[in-house]
Amino acid sequence: MKLKNSQHISTLYTSLFFTLFVLIFSTLTSQAQTEQEMFDSVQTLILQAEVAATPPAPVTMLSAVDNPNDKGGAMLISWELSVDDADLKSYFVMRSDTKVGGFEQVGEAVRGNSSYVDNKVEDDKEYYYYVNSVKQYTDFDGNEAFAGAGSQSVGPIVSSAQWFNMARVYCLFFVLLVSGAIMFYINKAKSGAEIYVRKIAGIDAVDEAVGRATEMGRKIFFIPGIQDMNDVQTIAGIAILGRVGELAAQYETWLEVPVSKSLVMVTARETLKEAYTKVGRPDAFNQDQVHYLTDDQFGYAAAIDGMVVREKPATIFYMGAFFAESLILAETGNAAGAIQIAGTAMPSQLPFFVASCDYTLLGEELFAASAYLSKEPRQLGSLKGQDFGKLIFMTAIILGVLIETFTDVPVSKYFLVK
Amino acid sequence: MELFGIWVAALLTLGIFSFLYKDNPVYKICESIFIGVSAGYWAIANFFDALHKKFWVGVFPTDGSDPNYMLWFGALLGVLMLLRLSSKIGWIARWPLAFIVGATAGLYMMLYFVSNAMNQVASTMRDVIVTSPETHLIMWGETIGSILIVIGVVSGLVYFFFSKEHKGVFGYTARVGIWFLMITFGAHFGYTVMSRMSLLIGRIDFLFRDWLHLLN
Repeated sequence: MKLKNSQHISTLYTSLFFTLFVLIFSTLTSQAQTEQEMFDSVQTLILQAEVAATPPAPVTMLSAVDNPNDKGGAMLISWELSVDDADLKSYFVMRSDTKVGGFEQVGEAVRGNSSYVDNKVEDDKEYYYYVNSVKQYTDFDGNEAFAGAGSQSVGPIVSSAQWFNMARVYCLFFVLLVSGAIMFYINKAKSGAEIYVRKIAGIDAVDEAVGRATEMGRKIFFIPGIQDMNDVQTIAGIAILGRVGELAAQYETWLEVPVSKSLVMVTARETLKEAYTKVGRPDAFNQDQVHYLTDDQFGYAAAIDGMVVREKPATIFYMGAFFAESLILAETGNAAGAIQIAGTAMPSQLPFFVASCDYTLLGEELFAASAYLSKEPRQLGSLKGQDFGKLIFMTAIILGVLIETFTDVPVSKYFLVK
Repeated sequence: MELFGIWVAALLTLGIFSFLYKDNPVYKICESIFIGVSAGYWAIANFFDALHKKFWVGVFPTDGSDPNYMLWFGALLGVLMLLRLSSKIGWIARWPLAFIVGATAGLYMMLYFVSNAMNQVASTMRDVIVTSPETHLIMWGETIGSILIVIGVVSGLVYFFFSKEHKGVFGYTARVGIWFLMITFGAHFGYTVMSRMSLLIGRIDFLFRDWLHLLN
């Protein structure tokens, strides 16, 4: 039993000794391993920091030229991307008016971009450029730092204005084509050839609407929109006002034109005066028929709403450019029981006029209206010429779609004008 | 003072809203204030923005820059416009008017031709069979969308063709065009009504939050 015990104890000591040996050995080994790892890590960090601080490769093939097709005052600087483009923050464009020294940063193009337009130059003055490839990194102290490499400088380059924008040469071709067609058809109409214009319901209703006001003994309101005379829709609206004025003068019906712009007031007065004179009723024209309300959009709408509910006009025309006030006006007119004819080329307001007016001239119908009403050869010829332009563009679209779909020719780029 | 301003704004808002019931004296007062104040505001704004900032400062610069003598031409047109007040030489006022209308037409011609014709045509000229760049399989949604755009543009143009009667195939195409237009208008209507609702909500929010303090 004793022997057994002594054997057991010696076995126990042996196993304790081995356990201790293994523990001490493994601790020493792991310590050695940790130190090695730490050393490796530090080495890696130093290497990474060194790599991060290494300046990137500069850009190549740098060129600077006068920015083409512009009014001057700009240079186009372009380059081949740095081979380290993926690591870069951006490219700094540096400029000087001397070949050596004095360069200052005038612009920045983010990585991946290989050109920059410097819009801050004076014409007929020499400039030099170079591009700095810049990358951003974090230094040993944890601060943001930059490393850059400059390219060779180029210059001298001088900026100047161009008489012609050659990028729009295709545009010129189509303008000449359409303009030629318009002149051809105007001459044709003047020589007595009959120019057909399809029925436009909204315009046909003008006579009926004026007649209705006459029968009811009530006023006609003509609202020429809220834009000034520099808007083509206002001009088209004023052209229709001329025809409405003629009818109103013939039927001796009071026509009132509240406006929101002083120039529109002046033009509308001139147009109405001419219309009344044309039908032999200059005495019936009163310049107070055309009166200014306010330039403010909703102030103008509130004023017209008040006039409509109080004076209950039989007919209201809305012809011109309208914005958010369109539904306010047209709905009030509708509630007042007036026959309403609207015409605008504002796509966002057309739905409201379609919903609340009896007739609506959609977009280009507004511009065709004056030709349709006057039957004047110049306007009819112009309308026919514009139709010719549409025919060309329709044909171009169909052919272009077929070419783009079934070939690799990017034909659309010839029509895209910047 | 701010509280007074909020009360005035709130009462004027309610006064304008009273038009929803019917025309009434309160609305008439609010309407007259609105028109008078806005007309006065715009007169002063135009005076300072156009006459002072654009003309006076341009002709008599105080920052050392060169005077812009071209502005005198604009001033001359403005003076000619005022001649209409004279019964004898009022006809001269037609000259600046003709200049403005003519110059506007000329300036905008290229702008509209580029944006409404050339670039529209370029955007419509497209490969109507759209395939996935990875699998090269036809993407049916995009393909149908492209075909609809082309049909919509061409049929819309046919509708706006004025020198040919809308009969036969031409008439049917124009009818397709008007359908496209009406669907577009419907979408616009819904979208714009939503934005108008946000204007109304803004006004109600002012009344309940700033005036009545019923909203936090």
